[in-house]
Amino acid sequence: MIGSARYWREIPQRYRYEASKCTSCGKVFFPPRLVCSKCQGREFAQTVLAKTGTVETFTVIRVAPSGFGDEAPYAVGIVKLDDGVKITAQIVDCEPEELEVGTPVRLEFRRVQQDGESGVLCYGYKFVPRV
Amino acid sequence: MDVGIVGYGAYVPRHRIKVGEIAKVWGADAPAYEKGLMLREKSVPTPDQDTITMSVEAARHALERAGIDGSRVGAIYIGSESHPYAVKPSGTVVAEALGATPEIHCADFEFACKAGSEGMFVALSLVKAGQMDYALGIGADTSQGAPGDALEYSASAGAAAFVFGTKDIVAVCEHTYAFMTDTPDFWRREYQFYPRHAGRFTGEPAYFKHVLSCGRGLMERANMEPEDFQWAVFHQPNGKFPMRAAKELGFPKEKVEQGWLAPTLGNTYSGSSPMGLTAILDVAKPGDRIFMVSYGSGSGSDGFIWRVTDRIEAVRAMAPHTRAQLEDRPIYIDYGTYAKFRGKIRKLAD
Repeated sequence: MIGSARYWREIPQRYRYEASKCTSCGKVFFPPRLVCSKCQGREFAQTVLAKTGTVETFTVIRVAPSGFGDEAPYAVGIVKLDDGVKITAQIVDCEPEELEVGTPVRLEFRRVQQDGESGVLCYGYKFVPRV
Repeated sequence: MDVGIVGYGAYVPRHRIKVGEIAKVWGADAPAYEKGLMLREKSVPTPDQDTITMSVEAARHALERAGIDGSRVGAIYIGSESHPYAVKPSGTVVAEALGATPEIHCADFEFACKAGSEGMFVALSLVKAGQMDYALGIGADTSQGAPGDALEYSASAGAAAFVFGTKDIVAVCEHTYAFMTDTPDFWRREYQFYPRHAGRFTGEPAYFKHVLSCGRGLMERANMEPEDFQWAVFHQPNGKFPMRAAKELGFPKEKVEQGWLAPTLGNTYSGSSPMGLTAILDVAKPGDRIFMVSYGSGSGSDGFIWRVTDRIEAVRAMAPHTRAQLEDRPIYIDYGTYAKFRGKIRKLAD
């Protein structure tokens, strides 16, 4: 379970998909970085990720970690967004066997984790299949 | 100065359970429920969907149609009887997700199924008062009905959001009216998981008294008749009540059907009549008038008269239509999955 402070620090990425774009070479980082891994630039502009993309690859979790047991089996995939950025997230609202590489998906705001019955609720993004 | 809706949006979860599937578990007469309540199926939230997540999605659609950035919104009011936290606002999460923080007012409203229209009224009024350029009013719920209770056949999930402003108005608010008394027809006490209700008492002295009084008062104040409206939408605790209220007020079925979502959506509580309004805005023509009356147990009704503007043609395709979401690839689940999704199964602690 992630703590309140770490969860709070990641809100710009988890809620609003904020990324950083290197002003020298244009490479986009999510989450943001201090130094560009491509050109070593240190100047970045804030940008927001595309909300739609396609599944690059995925796996089906059948033996889930603590806190996710009720969700098994569930899919976790790498999605190539329409802006070229690839991110990892759960893919929900579908049976895992329905998924294929290339399935079009979009980001939705969902509850990602909860700290037991009395702890903080953590929100963020998951992918759902789109028509 | 005209004030009204400048952007609107709805969100419908994809999972559904049929009335017959619930009736089968409890040995109830499914055809009697389907005919008596005019309900066929209802939406079901997955464990990762709640009032906050659905509010964010509906509000994003509303902002897309309004064509404004979240940072321009001066207030967010979310009406719900299923706020995920007992103490901690839903609105802070929603505002943060929309990029509306930190210069913003926010409050979570509760008034059974009327909390959404309460939020709409306050957001609209703040803009009208000149306190801010834009304000968001949201109605959302993932309501629970006790296993085997009549409410279990209808309590569903969904959200509607409205951005109010004075420029590029989609639907001008021409009149409002509120009617409220202390009527204990439905309640949920502190720490209780399921609500209770007073059976048949929820009908005549509760729903019908308030919806009809509010509707009549609204038309009287506006000096209008049912013939002055192209559309009407009422709170939908089931499919039957809003149709009867419409008939008693003088609205023919054709004016109500577009916003009558209950037969396949269920009762989305605070989202109910607001979601019906979004479905009407999806098809209304410039110049059309919409008559809206909500209802919340406890009890009260909020009434609104909306006049659709030319702007509607430019914005309605900017976000998913409500009925399209309702019909988009529904995922039907059995009662066991439903019970798991809704936390009705007692488990060992992790």
